[in-house]
This record gives sequence, structure tokens and C-alpha cells, in this order.
Amino acid sequence: MDPLHQFQIQRYLPINIGGLDASFSNSALYMVITVALITGLIVYGMRGRALVPSRMQSLAELFYEFVANLVRDNAGPDARKYFPFVFSLFMFIMVGNLIGLVPGTFTFTSHIIVTFGLALTVFVFVTLLGLIKHGFHFFSLFMPSGVPMALAPILIPIEILSYLSRPVSLSIRLFANMMAGHTMLKVFGGFSVLLGGALGGLGYTVGILPLVINIALVGFEILVAMLQAYVFTILTCLYIRDALELH
Amino acid sequence: METEAAKFIGAGLAVFALAGVGMGIGNIFATLIASIARNPASRAAVFPIGILGFALTEAVALFALLIAFLILFA
Repeated sequence: MDPLHQFQIQRYLPINIGGLDASFSNSALYMVITVALITGLIVYGMRGRALVPSRMQSLAELFYEFVANLVRDNAGPDARKYFPFVFSLFMFIMVGNLIGLVPGTFTFTSHIIVTFGLALTVFVFVTLLGLIKHGFHFFSLFMPSGVPMALAPILIPIEILSYLSRPVSLSIRLFANMMAGHTMLKVFGGFSVLLGGALGGLGYTVGILPLVINIALVGFEILVAMLQAYVFTILTCLYIRDALELH
Repeated sequence: METEAAKFIGAGLAVFALAGVGMGIGNIFATLIASIARNPASRAAVFPIGILGFALTEAVALFALLIAFLILFA
């Protein structure tokens, strides 16, 4: 009963391109399922384009409006054209997190390479956005205005370091949350099994207790799954605002 | 000392960071409750910031947990 067993990658369709392992794994499978679900919800939900929305359309509009408000409030009005990027990011992470909570499935967001890929996309996007919009002036981001010149030698390295650590903290936050949550569920599930194995019938009766905790934890994990998608998105919005407005 | 024993002690020490995280999260929610109690109308504006602060603080706990896992299993 290894609680980390659930994170193992299985190759379903081995593909090898010039020594590069690009196999179709369970991680890739669940990403495909996620994208298919999101596309299905948006395309199927919005097919009627009714003034009085159906249930599916309401759901699609709910997500759309939620992210649209998020972008408007946190990234500023100029960030409207980057909404599709933020919306895709939010939906991909949230649906991926939630699918992972279905027992027996695989959570691709619990792998650092996936979250780091996402965070690096955000980082490169934001940096290029700032550089293209402001040119060389972009580097004033590392020297907040109103700070005495004497502090510059200390402040600038700190600001550069904190800027460079953005993708790391962004990816580790999501990955560690998902991994810790799923490990915790597995550990509590393991308690029930261990009790039953050690004490027999009495053990199975007492084993209900960890199960009750586990049910509560699943509820908590659903909250965490949405919260982490929200945090990832809101931080992306804040970074976009930084790049657009330079403090 | 055996390596195995040192590993367990190290993993235990790694989660010491949770003391600070506990204080931090408690502080965030105490302030959040206090500000909503003083001005209930501010709830809509204050609540997302509180949740963001909670998530950022909780990340520190998870970094510590990650280190503990690395010590134990890697």
C-alpha cells in the first residue's frame, strides 16, 4: 500500500521520436479527456445561444463570466484581449483537478512537469508581453518608483530573483497541493484497510472512522481543486497587469 | 546514527515550518473575520483577497511537506 503508487505514469502507446520519449501515457490520456470535456461543455452548452439559457448554457456562461470578471478586476481593462489564454488555463487546471478526484483516475496536475510547463508558458508569455509593449523600459519593473537610489543595489537583485522564482512558486504550489491532497486521501483510505486486516471484524467497524474523515477530506479536496485553479489564474492576471502597467 | 533513523528525524524537522504557517493562516482568517464583522458590506471585496492570502500561505506548508516527502521517499 504505497500512497505514491497512484502517481505512476503508464505508457499506453509507446512513441519514440529520435530518442525522445513521447509515449501516449495515462497523463496524456487524462489531458485529452479534460480538453474534450471542456470543449464539449462550451460547444454543446452554447449551441442554442438562447436569451434564456438552458442548464448547460448557464454552466458555460457561469465559468465565462467568472473568469471575465477575474481578468477585468485583476489584470485591468487592457487585458481583455488576453482573456482566451486565461480562460483556457483556468478551465484546463480546474477540470484536470476535478477529474483527478474521481476514484481510480489519474491527476495530471499532480506532476511537476505538467504544472511547470503551464507556469513556464505564463512566465514566457508575460515577459514577452512586457518586452514587446514597453521595450527596454520593461526593466523598470525591477526598480519600484519612489525608492531611494541607495537601496537599488540590494533591491534590484531581490526583485530579479523574485521575478525569476515566479514560475517555480506557481508550479510547485499547484503540484504540491494536488500531490499532498491525493496522498492524504490514500493514507486515510489505507488506515481503514490496515485496521480491517489487523483486527478483522472489529477492525472493519472501527475502520468506518477513517472513512468518515476521508469523505470530509474529499469535500475539502474539491474546494482545494477549484481554489488552486483560481489562485493560478488570479496570479496569472496579476502578472499580466504587472507587465502591462509596470507597477 | 543509522541513516534510516536520521531520515525520519529530518522529515519531522522539515514540517516544523507548519508552526509558522498555522500562525499565518490563523492571522489571515482572524483579520478577515474582524474586517467583515466591522464592515459587512466589504465582504465581497475582502473575501477573495483573504482566500488568495490563505492559498499563498498554505503553499509554504506544502513546500515543507514536499521536502519531508523527498527526504522520506526520494
